[in-house]
Amino acid sequence: MSKNIGLYIYTGDGIKDAVDVDKLVELATGELNVKVAKAVDDLYSESAASMIESDIESEELNAVILAGYSPRYEFDYMDFPGVYLDKVGLRELVAWSHQIDPEAEDAEAQKEHIQELAEDYIRMYVTKMEKVEMPEPFKLEQINNRLLVIGGGVAGMRAALDAAEAGYEVVIVEKEAELGGNAKYWRKQIPVGPDYSSLASPVVDDLIAQVEASDKITVKTSTEVARTAGEPGEFRISLKPAGTKSEWDAPVPLTEEEKLDENGKELSAEDQKKKYEEKNEGRKDYMEVDPDAEMFGAVVLASGWKPYEPAEDEFPHLAWGNPNVVTNFAFEKMAKEGRITRPSDGKEVKTVAFVMSPGGKDDDADFPYASAVTSMVALKQAKMLREDQPEDGRAYIFYQHMRTVGQYEYFYKGLQNDPGIFLTKGAVTEVTDDGAGNLTVNVEDTILGENISVDVDLVVLATGMVPTTKDDPVINFAYRQGPAFRDLDLFGGYCDSNFICFPYETRRTGVYAAGGVRRSLTIEESMEDGSGAALKAIQCLQAVSEGHAVHPRTWDYDYPDFYFQRCTQCKRCTEECPFGALDDDEKGTPKPNPTRCRRCGTCMGACPERIIGFKDYNIDVVGSMIKSIEVPDDDEDKLRMIIFACENDAYPALDMAARKGHTWSPLPRIIPVRCLGSVNVAWIKDAMSSGMDGALLLGCKYGDDYQCHFVKGSELANRRMENVAETLNSLGMEPERVKLAQIAIDEYDKVPEIINEFVEEVVGMGPNPFKGW
Amino acid sequence: MSNSILVVGGGFSGLTAALEAAEAGYDVYLVEKESYLGGRVAQLNKYFPKLCPPTCGLEINFKRLKTNPRVTFYTLADVTSVSGEPGNYTVEVTVNPRYTTPQCTNCKPGEEAASTEVPNEFNFGMDTRKGIYMPHPMSYPNQCVVDPSIAASDEGKAIADAMPAGSVDLSQQPETVTLNVGAIVMATGWKPYDPNNMDNLHFSEFDNVVTNMMVERMASPSGPTGGKIVRPSDNEEPKVIGFCQCAGSRDENHLAFCSYICCMATLKQITYLREQNPESEIYVFYIDIRSPGRKYENFYAKIKADEKVHFIKGKVADIKAGNEPGNVILVAEDTIGGGRVEQEVDLAVLATGMQPVGAESKISGIDYDQDGFVVEKDGIIPCGCAKRPIDVVSSAQSATAAALKAIQVVRRAG
Repeated sequence: MSKNIGLYIYTGDGIKDAVDVDKLVELATGELNVKVAKAVDDLYSESAASMIESDIESEELNAVILAGYSPRYEFDYMDFPGVYLDKVGLRELVAWSHQIDPEAEDAEAQKEHIQELAEDYIRMYVTKMEKVEMPEPFKLEQINNRLLVIGGGVAGMRAALDAAEAGYEVVIVEKEAELGGNAKYWRKQIPVGPDYSSLASPVVDDLIAQVEASDKITVKTSTEVARTAGEPGEFRISLKPAGTKSEWDAPVPLTEEEKLDENGKELSAEDQKKKYEEKNEGRKDYMEVDPDAEMFGAVVLASGWKPYEPAEDEFPHLAWGNPNVVTNFAFEKMAKEGRITRPSDGKEVKTVAFVMSPGGKDDDADFPYASAVTSMVALKQAKMLREDQPEDGRAYIFYQHMRTVGQYEYFYKGLQNDPGIFLTKGAVTEVTDDGAGNLTVNVEDTILGENISVDVDLVVLATGMVPTTKDDPVINFAYRQGPAFRDLDLFGGYCDSNFICFPYETRRTGVYAAGGVRRSLTIEESMEDGSGAALKAIQCLQAVSEGHAVHPRTWDYDYPDFYFQRCTQCKRCTEECPFGALDDDEKGTPKPNPTRCRRCGTCMGACPERIIGFKDYNIDVVGSMIKSIEVPDDDEDKLRMIIFACENDAYPALDMAARKGHTWSPLPRIIPVRCLGSVNVAWIKDAMSSGMDGALLLGCKYGDDYQCHFVKGSELANRRMENVAETLNSLGMEPERVKLAQIAIDEYDKVPEIINEFVEEVVGMGPNPFKGW
Repeated sequence: MSNSILVVGGGFSGLTAALEAAEAGYDVYLVEKESYLGGRVAQLNKYFPKLCPPTCGLEINFKRLKTNPRVTFYTLADVTSVSGEPGNYTVEVTVNPRYTTPQCTNCKPGEEAASTEVPNEFNFGMDTRKGIYMPHPMSYPNQCVVDPSIAASDEGKAIADAMPAGSVDLSQQPETVTLNVGAIVMATGWKPYDPNNMDNLHFSEFDNVVTNMMVERMASPSGPTGGKIVRPSDNEEPKVIGFCQCAGSRDENHLAFCSYICCMATLKQITYLREQNPESEIYVFYIDIRSPGRKYENFYAKIKADEKVHFIKGKVADIKAGNEPGNVILVAEDTIGGGRVEQEVDLAVLATGMQPVGAESKISGIDYDQDGFVVEKDGIIPCGCAKRPIDVVSSAQSATAAALKAIQVVRRAG
C-alpha cells in the first residue's frame, strides 16, 4: 500500500529550543517526500486533532506520525479510523534527554548532534511508515465456545457454575467416580464469615447439587484427558476412562538427558527419532488428529491437590510410621466417617497433639506444601475433636508460627478461650510410643522457655497440599513442546505464572489453572479462584472471536506471518516460543497456531532465515528504520549506535529518565521493540553493515524471578548475543560492540548511565572498521 | 436496566476488575478518588517475594486501559450514593476538577511560577510539592493536577499563565455524574492504620519511628530520598533497624484482625536495608511470622539465613528515647528466650496494618462488616482489600472473580 504520510511535529516542552523544527519539516517534505509536514504548537489539543482530521480528508492521508510526546501518551480524540497512526517521542528522546549548555564552548557542536538525532528519528519513523501495513485480525473459521473444566472439586465446580451462569456450555471431567474432590472428605469447613466462631457445613454437597441441576453443565466422571490438541477456540481434546491407557495419550518428548548417548554426546537426529518412538510406543504422533476428540474453546485446569504423604523414613523424630501418627488428611477422613479412633487398637481418641512444624529445634518452617490453610485446618480439627469430646477431649496444637491470616484471626482467638484446646509455640523434638500405642510428645522452646511433655492418643501432622501437576501433566498437551505446563520445577509443581500482577497468565494460552493446582488455598479461596479462571477462559474466547491477542498484548490484532518457502526446518522458532504456539508438520516445517500466540515476536527474533514477521513489525520494517539512519563516514565525533529497548519496561524507564531531567549521549538512536526476544540478529548486522559502531539491547531481568512479560525474551536475546559475538569476532570486530543490559522499569536513574557507559566503551574502541564500505 | 458495570476504586484490584470485565466484552465505569490510578501499589517500591517493581504491571494495565474503548474512568471522583437493585443501580458520582486539560503533561513551567509548597501526601509528608504537580513520575493519567487550595488564588493564575495556553483551566467546577449500571464491584482498598492511634509506640514523638509505608516511599527511586532509606532526624543511613510487627494489627484495641501483608512487607524491607548497607543489623519483634505457602516460606527462609537479621518473639510494648542522639529503644518481652528485651536502634519501623477504607468512609447503599470490609450482596461484589486483607496476587484473583460475578448480574438482568 502506498502511503500518504502526514507528519506533525510538536514544538512545545522545549522541542523548538532544542532543535530547528523548520529544518525537520523541510527534511520531511523534501528528501523524505511526505505529503504533509507541519510544526504545531498545541499538537495534543482537540483543535489540532480536528486540523489533522481535515488534512486526512483533503490530502488523502493514510498514515500519520505524531512527533512529540512519547508513544506512551494516548488521547481519545487522536483517533483516526482507517489511518495508520504512529508516534515518536521527540520530547523525551531528544529535547528532554539532551540539554544544550549555551555557555559551553562546543554549544554549536552540541546543537548539531541534537539536530541530527531529531532528523534521524524523523527518517526512521517516515521509513517505518512507508513499510508498515495495517494489521488484520486473525479469525478462526469456526469458534467453539464450550469450556472444559478439568477436575470436579470445589474450584472446578465453581468455575463451571459461574461460566454456565454467564451463558457458556461447560463439560466437567472428573477422574474419580463422583464429584467433590478432596472437600467431599471434610466433615466441616473452617468458618467463612463473622464472627468466625463456628465451623461451617461443607459447601461441596450444595455445589454438586447445583452442578447436577444445571442444564448447561455436562459431567463426565471417571474420565481424564488423554490429550489436548489444537488451540484456543478450537481445542481438540481426547477423553478416556480414568486410569486407562489410550493410543491418544499425549506423547512425551525426549528430555535433554535422553537426547545424549552414554558418553554425553548428542544423538543424531535419526537416533533421537528412534528413541522418541520407542519412548512413545503405542501412542499416536502428537500432530495426528483424533477424529473422536471433543471440541472446546478454552480450558480451566482445576485438578486440585493431593495430600502430602510423608516418605517411609521421613520425620523419624515424629514417629512417622507409627499407626497412631497420622496426617491431617487421614484425621479428616476419620472424622467424616464418624468416630475418631486410634488406628492401632480402635480406642476412642480423647487427646490429640497437632504438630504444625516438623523441624524440631533446627527449623521453624511448616511441613512441605503447607500454608495458612494448614494452620486453620489444625484449628478446625482441634475444634472437631472438642465437639466430639466436650467433657474430657484435649487438643494440643504445637506451632512455630500460627498462620491465621486476615479475619481468620478471630477463629484462632475464639479457640483460645476453650479450656480443652492448648495452643503454644514450640519445637516438637520427639514423639515416642510406650509400646501400648500411647504416645508422648516432647516439646522444647515453648513460650516462656518451658519444656513440655504430653501424653496423647493420637498425633496429627499438619502436612501440606501437593499440586496434582507436580507429578502428572494432567492437561496432556499434544504440543511440540510436550504435555506439561512449563517451568513446573521453578514453581514447585504448581501451575503458576510467576507474575504477581497476572497470576492466571501461564505459558499455555487458553488454559487457566485454578484452586489447589495453582497454590494452596482454602475452600472459599479456591472457589474464588475458580471464578477468576472461568472469567479468563471466557475472555480468551472473546479475544479469539474478535481476532486479537490475549494478555498482555490485548490490543494487538496482528499475528505472525511465515514465508514457508524459505524455511529450513531449523526448529528454532518452535523450540523458543515461550507459549508453545508452534507445532511442526510432517516435513518439520513450523505449524503456527495463531490463537495460542501472544505476539511477542520471539519466533521472529529466532529465525535465521528472517521469514517470520508481523504486518507492522518485521525484519524489513525495523531493518529499514536502522538503514535510514545517517551514518557519517569520517567523523570520529559522530559515531552511531542503535539501542533496542523493550517497550514494556526499558522504554518507559527511558521516558521517566528524560522526565526527571537525566540526559544521555546523543550518539545512539533508540528503537522500541515488543520484547528483546523479537530482536533478530539481522538487525544488528544491518546496523553494523551500515557503518554503525555498536548496538545495545535493553531488556528485562531474567533468571528465576524473571520480569519479562513474555517469560524468556531477554534471556533468549542474551543467548543469541553469543552468536553475534562470534560473528563480530570473525569480522575482526570487538564483540563488546554489542551488549545486553537488564533494566527494570523503575531503574530510570540508572539507565542513562548504562547508555553513557556503553557509548564510552564504543568510542574507546573507535569507529566500526567497515564504516563507509 | 443496564449492561454496564461500575468498579469503585482504581487501585490494583479495581483496575484489574475493570480490565478483566472489559476484555470479556462488557462496558465498565471505573471511579477513583485520587488523581491517579494504581492506588496503594503505586506507592510501593517492590513486590514481595519477587522483588519486582509494581509499576511494571501497572504499565501493562495502563496500556490495556488506554487501548480498550470499553472502559470509561474518572479520577478525583467520589461515589456519593448507590440506589436501586441488581441490574439497575443509580450511582451518583462527584467528579472534582483537576484544573488541567489532557494535553497538560508537563508541569515544569507551572512549578517554576508556583510559590506555595504543601506536604506531599503521596510520600506521607516526607517532602513537599508545588500547587501544580504530577502525583508521581509514573502516574496515570499522565496529566498534571492543580491543587484546589490555590485554584482560585493569584498563585493559581500565575501558574496558569506560565503554562502553555490551553493546558490549565481554573474555571473547572465539580461535576455530578449519574451512572446507570447493572452491577457494582467494590474495590475501595485500604489505608495504612494510623500509627498515632498507638500511644505506646510514640510515633509522633520520635522522628526516627517511621511506618512501613514510609519505608516503601524512601526505598522507591521516585520517593522523597531518591531511593535511600534514611533516618528522618538527620538523613543518615540507619545501621541498626528494628521492626515492630503487628503495630495495630491483631490487637483488640486497634485492628483485631491480621493484616496479612505486614510480615512479608517487613521481610521484603529487610532486603532493601541489607542491600543498602551490608553492615546493617536488623531486629524483628513479632508474634508469628506469617509467611504462609511455598513462595513466602522460601522467602522467609532466605532472610532467616542472614546472620545479621534477628527475630525476637515478642511484641513491642513501648518505645522510648535511646542513649545516642536520635536513637530509640524498643521494649519487649521475649516469650521464648524469656525476660525483658531492650533494643536500641537507629530507626524503628512500625509494621502498621491495613485498615479497609470502609472503616472510616462508607458509601450509602453499601453494607460493611464490623471492621469496615464490604459485605457481598447480589449485585454488589467486593474484591481485593475492600473484601479482606490480602496480598497483590490474591487481589488479582479476587478482582478477576469479581468481574465474572458482575458479568453474571448484568447478564441475568439484561
